[in-house]
Amino acid sequence: MHSNVVPLLELIRKTSTDLPEDVRKALLKALEEEQKNTVSEYALKIMQRNIDLAKGKSQPLCQDTGSILFYIKTPIGFDQKAFEEEIKEAVSLATDKGYLRQNSVDSLTGKNSGNNLGPGTPTIYFEQHSHDYLDIRLILKGGGCENVGAQYSLPDTTLGAGRDMKGIQKVILDCVTKAQGRGCSPGILGVIIGGDRSTSYSASKKLFLRTIDDVNPEENLKELEESLLKEANETNIGPMGFGGKTTLLGVKLGVLNRLPASFFVTVSYMCWSYRRQGIILNNKSEIEKWLY
Amino acid sequence: MAVLEPHKFTLPLTEKDVRSLKKGDLVFLSGIIYTGRDAVHKYLYEGHEPPISLENAVIYHCGPVVLKEDNIWRVTAAGPTTSIREEPYQATLIEKFKLKAVIGKGGMGEKTAKACRDFGCVYLHAIGGAAQVYAEHIISVKNVYLREEFGDPEAIWELEVKDFPVVVVIPAS
Repeated sequence: MHSNVVPLLELIRKTSTDLPEDVRKALLKALEEEQKNTVSEYALKIMQRNIDLAKGKSQPLCQDTGSILFYIKTPIGFDQKAFEEEIKEAVSLATDKGYLRQNSVDSLTGKNSGNNLGPGTPTIYFEQHSHDYLDIRLILKGGGCENVGAQYSLPDTTLGAGRDMKGIQKVILDCVTKAQGRGCSPGILGVIIGGDRSTSYSASKKLFLRTIDDVNPEENLKELEESLLKEANETNIGPMGFGGKTTLLGVKLGVLNRLPASFFVTVSYMCWSYRRQGIILNNKSEIEKWLY
Repeated sequence: MAVLEPHKFTLPLTEKDVRSLKKGDLVFLSGIIYTGRDAVHKYLYEGHEPPISLENAVIYHCGPVVLKEDNIWRVTAAGPTTSIREEPYQATLIEKFKLKAVIGKGGMGEKTAKACRDFGCVYLHAIGGAAQVYAEHIISVKNVYLREEFGDPEAIWELEVKDFPVVVVIPAS
């Protein structure tokens, strides 16, 4: 029996301290395009310095190490219960080592559990696949960007948004406008059209497993993603809300079937500190490959 | 816009310092600042006395990652948290303690802006997510208060900072 705690701890460490290549590239592009000698350019430069420091020192990119979201594919017949215990051990260890902040607070008493463990934390999604290895992906999503996410029910009379492409676009841009810089822009949107109240939010976060530079295979969604990105970047909200050219780095869209009575558009916002990593773990508990 | 030249200050700030600042100014602060976020703001707003004097202080909306090594606290990540959650409390605290500056991210509301004008305080925007850059500008942890009650992220951390970079978003004048 091999212990998975060590590779899981390494996955948490790397996720918290080192941004994936696609995110770094997008932030660099934003810096190059921003107007020089502005506060916005200064903010983007600070972000670059932060990325280098975090990696060099192996310390968290952001002090808000956020919600801990694991997405795991296991071989058929795999013992999920035992693995869950190993994840909890790794999370608790990562908290001791300062890769994670103590982020699990009792909602009634206000007491911090101190080790990131408690009802609902961390979040672990399991599914099975027809391979003999584990595909483990981790997203850390801070509270600032979590708070600016929004769910709309169409038709939305206040915004004048109907159950059509125009209405969908309208509510998504409303979310970006309301967020301003508070979600730590430039951000990334994960948007689900359809689903119910809970499936849509879960699925919208799962879209953050995609890379910024990937292309949606659905032609109509691809077009909507591009058009939303363009419009959001014309709002002049800019980095941290200081004004400027880049408000969003990317928009990711997905669709779920809905009930005839319901039409939800659900937006999750990810900050520029887009912490996502993944590993392939073989049955000897060795990391075979980093996924981002 | 011209090249950004930082306005450098050694804390505490005077009302004259504060009123000289304009929106968009880059400011580097050196000296003592105190973290305080949701739990602390509510606690002080409800009338509890602070465990240390906050007269003329600078409050930083931040829940840091802090490690204790060889009995010495070290801040390893310390970017700003979203300030608007403190909007119900901030104006009262500015008035009561004559706070000279509040540091956070995302801006604040009209009530806080009015208190800044009335009592000579400035709201300074730190770059969200830049926890390592800000940790670099924190030289030492002087003390920690209310840690037992509120836990590490919500405690009051007394921090010594050097050239702490922030941008004026709500000026006093």
